[in-house]
Amino acid sequence: MSQTILEAKNITKHFVDPVRVKVLSDINFKINKGEFVSLTGRSGCGKSTLLYVLSTMDTDYEGDLLIDQELMPKSNESVLAKIRNEKIGFVFQFHYLLNEFNVLENVMLPGLKLNKYSKAEVEQRAMEKLNILGIGHLALKKANHVSGGEKQRVAIARALINDPHIIMGDEPTGNLDKKNSDMVFDIFSQLAADYNQTLLIVTHDPSFAERTHRIIKMEDGKIIN
Amino acid sequence: MRKKILIDIAKALLFARWKQTMIAAIGVSFSIAMFITLLSFMSGLNGLLDGLILNRTPHVKLYNDIKPNQNQPIKLKPEFANAHNFITSIKSSSNRQAIYNSGAIMNSLKKDNRVLGFAPKLIAPVFFNDGDIDITGAMNGIDPVAESNLFHFNEYVTSGNSQDLVKVSNSIIMGKGLAEKLLVGLDDMVQVTTSKGERFQLKVVGIFQSGLKDFDNTQSYAAINTVQKVLAQPNDYLTELQVKLNDIALAPALAKEYAKQYQIDAEDIQTANSQFETGSSIRTLISYSVGITLLIVAGFGIYNILNMMIFEKMDSIAILKATGFSGLDVKNIFIYIALSIGIVGGLVGLLVGFILSSIIDQIPFNTASLPTITTYPINHNPYFYLIGIIFSLVTTYLAGWFPARKASKIDPVIIIRGK
Repeated sequence: MSQTILEAKNITKHFVDPVRVKVLSDINFKINKGEFVSLTGRSGCGKSTLLYVLSTMDTDYEGDLLIDQELMPKSNESVLAKIRNEKIGFVFQFHYLLNEFNVLENVMLPGLKLNKYSKAEVEQRAMEKLNILGIGHLALKKANHVSGGEKQRVAIARALINDPHIIMGDEPTGNLDKKNSDMVFDIFSQLAADYNQTLLIVTHDPSFAERTHRIIKMEDGKIIN
Repeated sequence: MRKKILIDIAKALLFARWKQTMIAAIGVSFSIAMFITLLSFMSGLNGLLDGLILNRTPHVKLYNDIKPNQNQPIKLKPEFANAHNFITSIKSSSNRQAIYNSGAIMNSLKKDNRVLGFAPKLIAPVFFNDGDIDITGAMNGIDPVAESNLFHFNEYVTSGNSQDLVKVSNSIIMGKGLAEKLLVGLDDMVQVTTSKGERFQLKVVGIFQSGLKDFDNTQSYAAINTVQKVLAQPNDYLTELQVKLNDIALAPALAKEYAKQYQIDAEDIQTANSQFETGSSIRTLISYSVGITLLIVAGFGIYNILNMMIFEKMDSIAILKATGFSGLDVKNIFIYIALSIGIVGGLVGLLVGFILSSIIDQIPFNTASLPTITTYPINHNPYFYLIGIIFSLVTTYLAGWFPARKASKIDPVIIIRGK
C-alpha cells in the first residue's frame, strides 16, 4: 500500500457567528501519495471550509489532521506556517500573485523562505518549474502584466517550488475560460502522472472532477460517497 | 538569508508606494530637522545668556567678608559653653579685606588637580574725577592673562588690548558707560582718587563692554600692581582669589573645603547665581518638549500610512501567510518598513537640521549689550544629533509596531475566501 500523505480524523467544525452552525461534521478520509483527488459538492456544502482546515490555515476545528503522518498542532502559528511552506503548495481561485514582484520572484519567494537552497539554486529551480509549465518566457515580467491563465500557471509553479507533499487548489479553474481550464487540468494530471505529485482540488466543475483519480463528494458538511 | 528575504519584501512594498513612503519620510525629516534646529538655537542662546554671567563668575570665590568674629570672648568661657549667647551689641571686627597668606594659598591651589586655574583679584573703591564731577566706581586689579584665559576678559575689551595693562605702567581699561561719562577715549588720561584721598593719573589703554550696563557704568580694570600702588599696599595684597574648577559640580563641596582649610570665606557659583541655572534648565526643557512633540506627530503620520498600506496589501499579506510566512515574519516586514522610513527620514532630517542651524548661525544679530556677538548663537552639539536619530528610530518603531501587529494577526482564510 502506498504512503498516506494526508489523513482527516473526525474533523468537525462550527461557525459561531452569528449563530452556531455545524459546517463540517465528522469528516474522515485519507489521501495517498500520487493520488489526484477532487473535492466536489454544491455551493455552501463546506468543501472550501474543509480545504482551509486541511491546509492548516484554519485551526478552529475539532478532530485530528495528519499531514505526512504527523499530527498538526492547532495553536502554534509559526510551526504551521513552516509546514505550509514546506509541505503544502496552494493554488487559489484568484491566482493571488504579489504585484510588487516579477513572475520569477513570485515563484522564488516560498523557496527563499524555506531557506534550504541558495538563492541561485532557488532561482534555477523556479526557472525549471516555469519551463515545465511552459511559461519560462514570462519570468521577468511583472506579475500584473501577464494574463489570467498565465497567472494561474505562475501560481502552480509557486506551489511546486518547495516540492510539497500535496498541492491544494481552491477552485483553481473557477475563474478561467474553457481553454485555460483545460490547460490547468492538463498540468495537474501531468504532475500526477509524471512526478507522482499528490493533488487535492476543490471544484464544482463536474467535467473537471470526472477526469481525476478519485472524487470526494460532500453535502451539508458530510462526505457522501 | 531568512532576514534578507523579509527585507526584500519590505523594500518591494516600500517602492510600490513610494509617494506615500516619501511623505512619511518627509514628516520624520521635518520633525528631526526642527528638533535639531530648535535645540541648537535654544542651547546656543542659553550658552550666550549663561555666558553673560557664568563665564565671568569664578566657580569658587575666596575672600574675606566683613562680619563679626565667630569666636566671641564669651564663647571662650567654659561655663557658658552650653548657653545661648544673646549679646546684641557685637560689631564687625576686622576691616582688613586682604587675604592672609595669599602666596601660600596660591601655591596650594596650583598643586590641586581639581582646579583648572585661578585668577587673583584686588578690588579698590575709587572716585573718578572729571572737573568738578566725582563718579563713584571701582578699580579691579587683575592679572590680564589669567583673567582672559579663565574668564574671557579679552572678549569684552572692545577697543585697545587687555595685555597693555601689564605693558604700560599706570594704565587702566574703562567700562564703556564710565568712559562716556568721563569723555575719555583710548590713550587719554583719567584721574582717580582713593578713599584715603590719594590722587593718581592713569592712562586709558582699553574700553570694555560687558553686556551689563550697570557694571560698565562703574567698573574699570587695571593690573594688580597698579591697584596695589594706588592703595599704597604691598605686593602680596589681594582681596579675592577666583578659582575655576575642572568640574563645576564640585564647587559647593570645594567651597566648604577651602573655607575650612584656608580659614577664609568661600562662595560657590551655584549659591551665587542659582537663578541662571534654573532659567536655562527650563528653556532646555521647553525646547525638548517642543521637539519631542514634533517627533510624536510624525510618528502618528507613519502609523497612519502603515495602517493604510496594510489595508491595501491585505491580499499580499494573505498570500505570504498561505505560502508559509508566519505572523512574526509579516510583523517584521512592516517593522522593517517603519524603521527604514525612520532611518532615511531621520538622516535626511539631521542633514537638513544641520543646514538650517548653520544658516541661522550666519544671520547677523547685533545688540548693544552683547558686543562680541555678531550672529545668532548656535550650539552644534553632536549630542542633539544623537538624540534626534535615536528618537526618530524609537518613534518610527513604535508607530510601526501597532500596524505590524495588526498585519500579523490577519487571517488569510478570511481574505482569500472573501473575494
